[in-house]
Amino acid sequence: MGREAEPPMNLDLIQTSLPKLLAGVPLTLQLVFISVAIGLVAAVGIALMRLSPSWIVREIAYRYVYVFRGTPLLVQLFLIYYGLGQFEAVRESIAWIVLREPFWCAIIALALNTAAYSSEIIRGGIQSVPRGQLEAAQACGMSRLLRFRRIVMPIAIRQGLPAYSNEIILMVKATSLASVITLMEVTGIARSEVSRTFAPYEIWTAAAIIYLTINFAITRAIDAIEYRLSPHLRPRKS
Amino acid sequence: MRHGLARHAFRPLRRAGPGAVFDLLAFGDTGYGDEIVRGAFVTLAISTLAFIAGLAIGLVFAGFKLSGRFPLTVVGDFYTTVVRGVPELIVIYLLLDTAGPLAQLVVSAFQYRGAFALDAFLVAFISLSIISGAYSAEVWRGALQAVPQGQIEAARAYGMHRSQRFIRIVLPQALRISLPGFGNVWQLMLKNTALISVTGLVELMRTTSIAARVSKQPFTFYLFAAVLFLVMTSLSAYVFDRAEERLGRSERPLSASRKGRGHGAGG
Repeated sequence: MGREAEPPMNLDLIQTSLPKLLAGVPLTLQLVFISVAIGLVAAVGIALMRLSPSWIVREIAYRYVYVFRGTPLLVQLFLIYYGLGQFEAVRESIAWIVLREPFWCAIIALALNTAAYSSEIIRGGIQSVPRGQLEAAQACGMSRLLRFRRIVMPIAIRQGLPAYSNEIILMVKATSLASVITLMEVTGIARSEVSRTFAPYEIWTAAAIIYLTINFAITRAIDAIEYRLSPHLRPRKS
Repeated sequence: MRHGLARHAFRPLRRAGPGAVFDLLAFGDTGYGDEIVRGAFVTLAISTLAFIAGLAIGLVFAGFKLSGRFPLTVVGDFYTTVVRGVPELIVIYLLLDTAGPLAQLVVSAFQYRGAFALDAFLVAFISLSIISGAYSAEVWRGALQAVPQGQIEAARAYGMHRSQRFIRIVLPQALRISLPGFGNVWQLMLKNTALISVTGLVELMRTTSIAARVSKQPFTFYLFAAVLFLVMTSLSAYVFDRAEERLGRSERPLSASRKGRGHGAGG
């Protein structure tokens, strides 16, 4: 490919670089789904801690959310990937098998981060459950756990889903930071392609198209789930 | 600052003792404290500038989105959707890699023959402004739509023209309504500045990374950076809360004065 007499924007080059960048999509999606799954479980725990009757438990959860929302993800990532290796105790422990891998460091940082943000969404959802419904469930003789499973969770999930959709989009975008700690996901591959071909405009455009497509698909999927979960809010078919 | 860091680079490291952390973070020639705090000021400066530019860009694009005129709405939607749907790093890298040649093109169009380089600060400022503008546009749009239509009609009935209506009626209320949203955008931008360390701009993150590498104490330094970020986000949350309280005066119930009157009647 001669680069001498080419126009500033080369559509062919976008087309040829797309497949190369697509090779990074599985890693990007792995980072998203594993960290979101771990983060969600942790978030439910943190949300319940924030609603606990014990002030110490509430305070711990509050502090966790405060710190992780108040600092950049990049700092958290560097603390885990570069920082923990400073301690000999960490380097010699079994945990080092996991912590020396950039992949798992990225997963840990992303999961801890999304846990903080998601716990706020879940807390909002749980608090939106009308008191009357809980009392009614209690009157029906449901146990605490059963009430949580049948009444609180379904309403909270429905309530929190739009905000959670945003959170997942933020996570997809956040995975690009993994390229800074040497992972070759979409952004990482794009960076090395740019330095190889010197065609930054085309390659970054191609990368942007990939991220937009992923985000569009996720938004659509969650919209569909939201639609499924709220049949009672749809106009009745006559 | 670069000189300061270079000097440290060749200084032999002392063995880490109990007081070593304070030595490393000391101000002056012996530690990195002053360099890192200076980096924090660069971070603060660039996020402030980008935030303000983003407010202006956002207002223009919110206007586009609300204009209802065909090409403008598409341009507005395209901007906010693409910039908010793509990782911030990609926006920054794209500008970092292309802004130089682009700027060269512009200056040569003005018959300037010499070499022209954009410095890292400018690239960081432009890319962060673009990102912050996209988020601000959404906040503006929501706030502008939330101003009651009846008030605008009333203003029109008074004979105010378009710009008067906007400046006297719409903007003050939109500002109050949008303040929490802008608080979020500001926090987002503050944290996004960590990403511009990839441009080579010597801000908080970059200084910290250099200090971490040279001293071989990454945990200490990244923790220090995290604390500085936490201080900045906490302080700005406080400022935005106070501002919200102040701008919200008109919306608060008049409970205090009513109570006062009640006492007066009783006595």
